[in-house]
Amino acid sequence: MNDMETPVFLAPRSLKKVITHFCPGCQHGSVHRLVAEALDHFSVQERTIGVASVGCSVFLYEYFDIDVVESPHGRAPAVATGVKRARPDRIVFTYQGDGDLAAIGTSEIIHAANRGEDLTVVFVNNTTYGMTGGQMAPTTLAGQKTSTSPYGRDIANDGRPMRMAELLTQLDGTAFSARVAVNTPRNVLAAAKVMRKAFQTQVEGRGFAFVEILATCPTNWGLSPLQANERIAAEMIPCFPLGTFKDWAGADGAASAGAGQ
Amino acid sequence: MDQRLFVKGNEAVAMGALAAGCRYYFGYPITPQSDIPEYMARELPPLGGTFIQAESEIGAINMLLGASACGVRAMTSSSSPGISLKQEGLSYMAGSELPGLVVNICRSGPGLGGIDASQADYFQAVKGGGHGGYHLIVLAPHSVQEMYDLAMLAFDLSDQYRIPAMLLGDSVIGQMKEALTPHARPQVTLPAKDWAVEGKGTRSAQRIVKSLYLGDGELEAHNWKLHRRYELLREHEARWEALDVEDAELIVTAFGVTARIAKSAVRMARAAGLKVGMIRPITLFPFPGAAFAEATRNAKKVLCFELNTGQMVEDVRLSVARDADVYFYGRPPGAGSLPTPEELYAQIAAYCRRSA
Ligand SMILES: Cc1ncc(C[n+]2csc(CCOP(=O)(O)OP(=O)(O)O)c2C)c(N)n1
Ligand code: SF4
Repeated sequence: MNDMETPVFLAPRSLKKVITHFCPGCQHGSVHRLVAEALDHFSVQERTIGVASVGCSVFLYEYFDIDVVESPHGRAPAVATGVKRARPDRIVFTYQGDGDLAAIGTSEIIHAANRGEDLTVVFVNNTTYGMTGGQMAPTTLAGQKTSTSPYGRDIANDGRPMRMAELLTQLDGTAFSARVAVNTPRNVLAAAKVMRKAFQTQVEGRGFAFVEILATCPTNWGLSPLQANERIAAEMIPCFPLGTFKDWAGADGAASAGAGQ
Repeated sequence: MDQRLFVKGNEAVAMGALAAGCRYYFGYPITPQSDIPEYMARELPPLGGTFIQAESEIGAINMLLGASACGVRAMTSSSSPGISLKQEGLSYMAGSELPGLVVNICRSGPGLGGIDASQADYFQAVKGGGHGGYHLIVLAPHSVQEMYDLAMLAFDLSDQYRIPAMLLGDSVIGQMKEALTPHARPQVTLPAKDWAVEGKGTRSAQRIVKSLYLGDGELEAHNWKLHRRYELLREHEARWEALDVEDAELIVTAFGVTARIAKSAVRMARAAGLKVGMIRPITLFPFPGAAFAEATRNAKKVLCFELNTGQMVEDVRLSVARDADVYFYGRPPGAGSLPTPEELYAQIAAYCRRSA
């Protein structure tokens, strides 16, 4: 076999080979790919059930070649709870935007995490409601102009951006919580590792895993795809720091180190 | 299983659900139905089942949605204010063609209202409740035995038609104790759940449970499909109890707790020589319209008793023969406001005397 025949880049098996409806430069597509790669990595496509939420990612089932159940706006963690309890040996994930998870669905996400549901939650934070035309989200940055914060988000009136990955870390039921970004090749590679970890958490039955992904919505930000990537670095990461805030592997490591003393 | 038990209505509905094979319960406490989650919390784990006290009624109905999407028998229960919160999930379940059982042990409203018996949720139950124009299968037990029997029937009908079922009880039926003879689930052949999500396995086609239809004409076709199922229900699944309707000149109608009181009043009327019969709808959707059409070929008067200011009476009016008169007697719920048999008998006697 010569080098020309050695594939260096393969389409994930868990994704269908179709064109997505996302806007140019939207990173929902990149996040879909990271999820699919993680499913492929653990060879769980056949036993995975996706839970679609309401937002630009609602067409999950058009792109993932897996069984999918769609849930009402914000309720995906409750729907996923029902799915996982009925089929405990399946890999179940929700895929939610910030409007979905951090506004209407705050109660559902906090309680699913607190119960320690064996789920993987993929949380795409683009600081706005994409599908409905760029309104203010709980994650909208202070001063950020949106269609419902035309003078910029006023923290005195609207509160401050919510940091979900940190917030959920406080709950004992959360086994893994991290924030990544997909704005640079280096960050994408790091995000892929974290995504795998989030699914490994479930594959090993360790409890609730949460990955927040900082992603672009060039359309509603009114920026080009490249400018949008730059905004993630310049404006979003300072407010939403990247990192792993809770890690069962770390806890395990600490426990075994302690045992060795 | 031929023992007789002395149990509460709320326990009976839980026992019926377990006997029907339900192993998943998701709920949130609210009076006067909390005996149901309490019973399930105690009985499900030893059966290998799952009980979750959800964070809210919204959480509970969506857990039901998820479990039902996997093809298992699952239920939730609540009372009026909680059922209002479940309407979003019910609309989604109806749109997603998911079966499942929702028990509503009604209390009085609107708002926080009170915890006494009410039939003011009739419209909400039978006319859709949530958005989008759908129906639930709605069953109205009037005894503890029926709480058990209809819980079983609700699961079978729901699975057969892929429509969520609601058992519409009230705080009297839920809280009172009566004799119950438990029995095994009747043998029925139900369609395979070949739509349930379970992970693709070796299937080539994925399964999708959804209610979003954006393609040209897709949603209209979907809604016609749902509508045809409602028509099938109307044709085949309407259930009612008829008493002395053959020679009746006046038909009394009532459901649930009111039907119990009305039955006593009808017996009093017969004893007084009045030609009175009774139709008690057991399914509120599908409404047993044909029973009324048939009975009002002879009886030209129908008297509808309800614990509200007139809701089922609208369906009765739509069902009777053209020249039959429909009268209504009821009152909104409020503490201590259940009518007595004597009070209903007085109404029956007055309408019997009244010339059309
Ligand atoms: C109960 C309810 N309220 C509001 C909506 C309208 N709605 C659809 S998507 C959406 C926001 C989605 O934003 P987000 O979760 O951030 O996802 P994105 O579109 O940005 O990917 C809203 C408010 C709805 N479908 N249901
Ligand atoms: S509106 Fe925003 S989030 Fe939605 S597809 Fe377009 S870029 Fe992506």
